This record gives sequence, structure tokens and C-alpha cells, in this order.
Amino acid sequence: MDQFHLQPHEWEALALTLRVGAATLAVAIPLAIAVAYILARFRFPGHGTLNAVVHMPLVLPPVVTGYLLLLAFGPKGPVGVFLQNTFGISFAFNWTGAALAAGIMAFPLIVRPIRLAFEAVDPKLEEAAASLGARKLVTFVVISLPLALPGILSGAILGFAKAMGEFGATITFVSNIPGETRTLALALYTATQTPEGDPIAFRLTIIAAIVAFGALFASEIMARRLKRRLGASDA
Amino acid sequence: MLEVEVKGSVGGFHIDAAFASEAGVTALFGQSGAGKSTITNMIAGLVTPASGRIVVDGQILFDSASSLNLPARDRRIGHVFQDARLFPHLSVRNNLTFAHWAGRRHPKRPLAEVVELLGISHLLDRKPGGLSGGEKQRVAIGRALLSDPRLLLMDEPLASLDQARKSDILPYLDRVGEDAGIPIVYVSHALEEVARLSQTLVIVSQGSVLAFGPVADMLARTDLGRATGRHEASALLSGKVVAIDKHWGLASIDMGGQIIQVPALDTAIGEDIRLRIRARDVAIALGRPEGLSIRNALHGTIKSITDETGPYTEILSAVDGQLLRARLTRASAADLGLVPGKAVTLLIKSVAIDRRQRTPAPRKSAQG
Repeated sequence: MDQFHLQPHEWEALALTLRVGAATLAVAIPLAIAVAYILARFRFPGHGTLNAVVHMPLVLPPVVTGYLLLLAFGPKGPVGVFLQNTFGISFAFNWTGAALAAGIMAFPLIVRPIRLAFEAVDPKLEEAAASLGARKLVTFVVISLPLALPGILSGAILGFAKAMGEFGATITFVSNIPGETRTLALALYTATQTPEGDPIAFRLTIIAAIVAFGALFASEIMARRLKRRLGASDA
Repeated sequence: MLEVEVKGSVGGFHIDAAFASEAGVTALFGQSGAGKSTITNMIAGLVTPASGRIVVDGQILFDSASSLNLPARDRRIGHVFQDARLFPHLSVRNNLTFAHWAGRRHPKRPLAEVVELLGISHLLDRKPGGLSGGEKQRVAIGRALLSDPRLLLMDEPLASLDQARKSDILPYLDRVGEDAGIPIVYVSHALEEVARLSQTLVIVSQGSVLAFGPVADMLARTDLGRATGRHEASALLSGKVVAIDKHWGLASIDMGGQIIQVPALDTAIGEDIRLRIRARDVAIALGRPEGLSIRNALHGTIKSITDETGPYTEILSAVDGQLLRARLTRASAADLGLVPGKAVTLLIKSVAIDRRQRTPAPRKSAQG
């Protein structure tokens, strides 16, 4: 049974992974909602460019994204230097950097379902809300956003899964530091590179599967509740 | 009071329309694609006209001369859409009170009163998804009434309903029209609804207004046949229920001298009533015929006869100061030697005047 007991550094990898995932969602979801709504509802010069930029991490090799992050946010990168000097913040080689890499990689996956959900919200409902005196922001909060919640939930689950499994950009940008940037995926990779690492890799695989299954299950339950709340199955 | 003068193009379709009306129900009538909805959307503020002026109750909503264009949310127009557009995730109650909690409007009428008026009190805690089409439309009307509107704009509220549902909802529309206390613009391509509900009729065709005025005058105009649709050509007669014969189930209605008998249905003595009589339900005789099942024979004088080349002709007659249309074959008109000024007897089958062709007469005050 001993081989099923997690070692301290494996707990550490799990906790770090959950932390990175949670931080990614906390920052990326509000941003993704804003970007998705803009892409869904407004047509403006630069619409296509914004769309392309958002989807870039999906098509670029992750290592390239990680390297670009390193160039910009690294200890010698212009953004990194600016943040360090102005706010004392550094993304370099710590868990926030891992969250940044995961967030950027996950962003297109989060934006997409949310955008589709906003596109599915009938603009005529927004017209009706306006005729009843509601300002645009109020309409967004009480009509568009609640109706898009199922899409936001899908975005969250996809984003969390991506953040949990993100490897290439993370290891390139913030390296593979135990307790700081070594998430489950990186720990698993490390284990496979170590002699006698198989039991560790095996345990980490099981943990990853449990977390993924748990997230999927939770989202399924929430999706059903939402569907009922939104009146889809109200008969 | 309502004053509309709009010009503009939407998707290559040109709108150039102007009309005005006093209080009461103003019907915007025309065939599908005539431009009614575009004019409606211009009044609502969903489409901006290139030029013109829209004034409701002394409040200027749009005026190109002074570059004034109130956004839709500030126009205080209760817009009832053809497709109801209820918010699916909110309960009926929260839909009804939406203007209050999301639009900061302060309706003068309490929720309970509007709910009672429309017969929707049993639906308050349901979600729109489970409602029938007629129920949805009633909730939509209630939601608009509770937005403290200065004008109620109803864009074909019955168009997506089947005949049975329409009959269900029409009495509610009568009531809304009677006691809304605000002007109503009612858009429709169904002459039956328009004749029943409105006081002022605006006839729209190909993006412009052909004619507007009191509904009885408009319906009596035989020159507007193409826009109103020949088959539906009709006239409105107003009268008062003076007697009800329970045995035969007939009501006698005084049309201002002469009496017309119709199935009593749910009329009451003393009630002012408005009957829509289709031209094709009226026949003409030169004297009072004997041995005929038709009960209504009114004395009238021919005012005009349309000059047509087809098999039909339309004859407009004055009956006690009201106008009645009759559609005959040209051959009959020629055989009888009908000419303007000739005294004739107009025959109307009582059964032709069913429930759908009658309505409580709109209040005189609303006539303006």
C-alpha cells in the first residue's frame, strides 16, 4: 500500500497545480468574458487582429510562447524589469509565472465557448431590455451574462484542464523548480527522467486523473443546475 | 397625441411616412413588407431615421432639425414585440417588474392591477419557457405596461398565434385599449384586429402612408382596396344594444334610427357596440324583399360606385349617417340600375356578424 502514499513533494506538486489552476481562472475568466463579449457583439477595425492575438497561443508551439514570455517578463525582459522596478512584482521563476504561462495558454480555450454563448444570446432580448429602460451595463449583467453562464462554465473547465496540464510554455518560461513551478505535469515528466521514478509517475498519473474527473463531474452538475435555472427544461 | 414624420432607408428599403393621431389606439395597417415594422422601430428608437420628427405627448423623441435622438432606453415606450421576447431565465414576476428593478422606472399602476387586467396572476412564479404563446404575449403586454410608458407600441402581438389563441387574447387587448390611459400604436396586417381595436387607422404601403384618419372613414374608402385587401373590405357601424331576445338569442342594435339584429352572444342592453360588416356580406335590393331569410334590411342611399373592369364592383351607401360597403357583381349593379343618389335596401345576414366582427365601442373621449 505504501506505493499509494503520496510523498511530501508530490503533495506539494498537487497543491501547486491547484493553486496555479485557481489563479489562472480567477484572472483569465473576467478578462475572457470581456474579450468574448467584445468579439461577439461589436464589429470594429482590429476585430480580426484581436481575434488572432487571442488565438495565437493555440497555434504557436508552446515552447515559443514560453520563450516569448521569458523575453518579455523574464528578469531582463522590458516588462519584467518595469514590473520589478515599479511594483516589486516578478513573474520570473516562481508560481505566479507558472500561472501566467498557464493563463496565456488557456486563454483561447476559455474565450471560445464564452464567445459562442454570447453569440447565442438573442440581441433582441437586449433591445427589449433597453425598451424597458435598462442601461447597457445593467442589461449585460442581468440578461447577457446569466444567459451565457453555461458557456462560461465550459470555458472554465477547459481553462482549468489546460492550466493543469500546461507543460511547454511553463518549463521554458519559469523552469522546473520544486515547490515553485513544478506542477503535476512537470513533476511527472521529472519522474520519468529519474531512475526508479516509475512509482512516482504512476501515483501522479492517478492524482491527475482524479482531479480531472472531479472537475468534469463538478462542471456537469453545475451545468445541469444552470440549465434548470435558465428555464430550458421548465415545462 | 402622436406625431410621426420619418424618412430613411433600411437595407435598401425606403421609408417616407408621416401621420398624426390623437389619443386612443392608432393602428398601423398594411400588408407584410409594407414597412410597418421599420416605422415601429423608428418610433421605438431601434432604427434611426435619416430625417424627421417623432413627438409623443408633447415630448420630442427624435428631431433631425435639432439633432435630437433619445436612445431607446430613455423614450419610455412600452414595446410589445411580435415574438414576446421574455427573458427566459427570469420568472414571470421578474419579467413583469424588470423595468422597475433594472430600468429604474416607476410604474404608476400596481403590479397586482396589471396582472389582474391580463389574467396572468397564476403564472407569476413560472418561467417563460413553460407558457403558451398567448400567455407569453399577455406577460409581454404586462411588462410593457409596467414600464411607465408614455406610449404603448404593439408590433403584431397576435401574428405568431393561432386563431384560437388570438380569440383568447383579443378581449384582453380591448381592455388594455380601454383603460391604458396612454396612446397605443397597434401594428397589424389583419384588418379584423385593426377594425376592432383602433380609433385611428394609418394605412401603410411600400414604405409610405397612403392615408390616415378615423377608422370608420378609412374603411369606407373604396379607393384603398389594394392596400387593405379586397377580400377583407368592410365598414364599421356603431350602435347601442337596445333589446335582447333571449328566446331566439338575438340582440337588437340601434344604429341611429334603424335596428340591426345580430346573435346576442355576450352583449348586454345599453352597451355601445361596434360592428365590422364585410362588403361581401352585404346585398342590395330595390325594395324590402319578401320571403327572405335575411333579417336585416336597412334603408340607405348610394353614395358612390367604383368604376371597375373586373367582375365586381363596390358600392358605398349612407345609412343614418354611417357608411356601409357592399360588394356586388357588376352585372347585378347594372341590372338594378344602381347609381349614386338612389335609395336602396341593404341586406345583411345576421350570422355574418360573429364574435370576431364586434367589439365594445371605444370611448367617445378617446375619439379625440
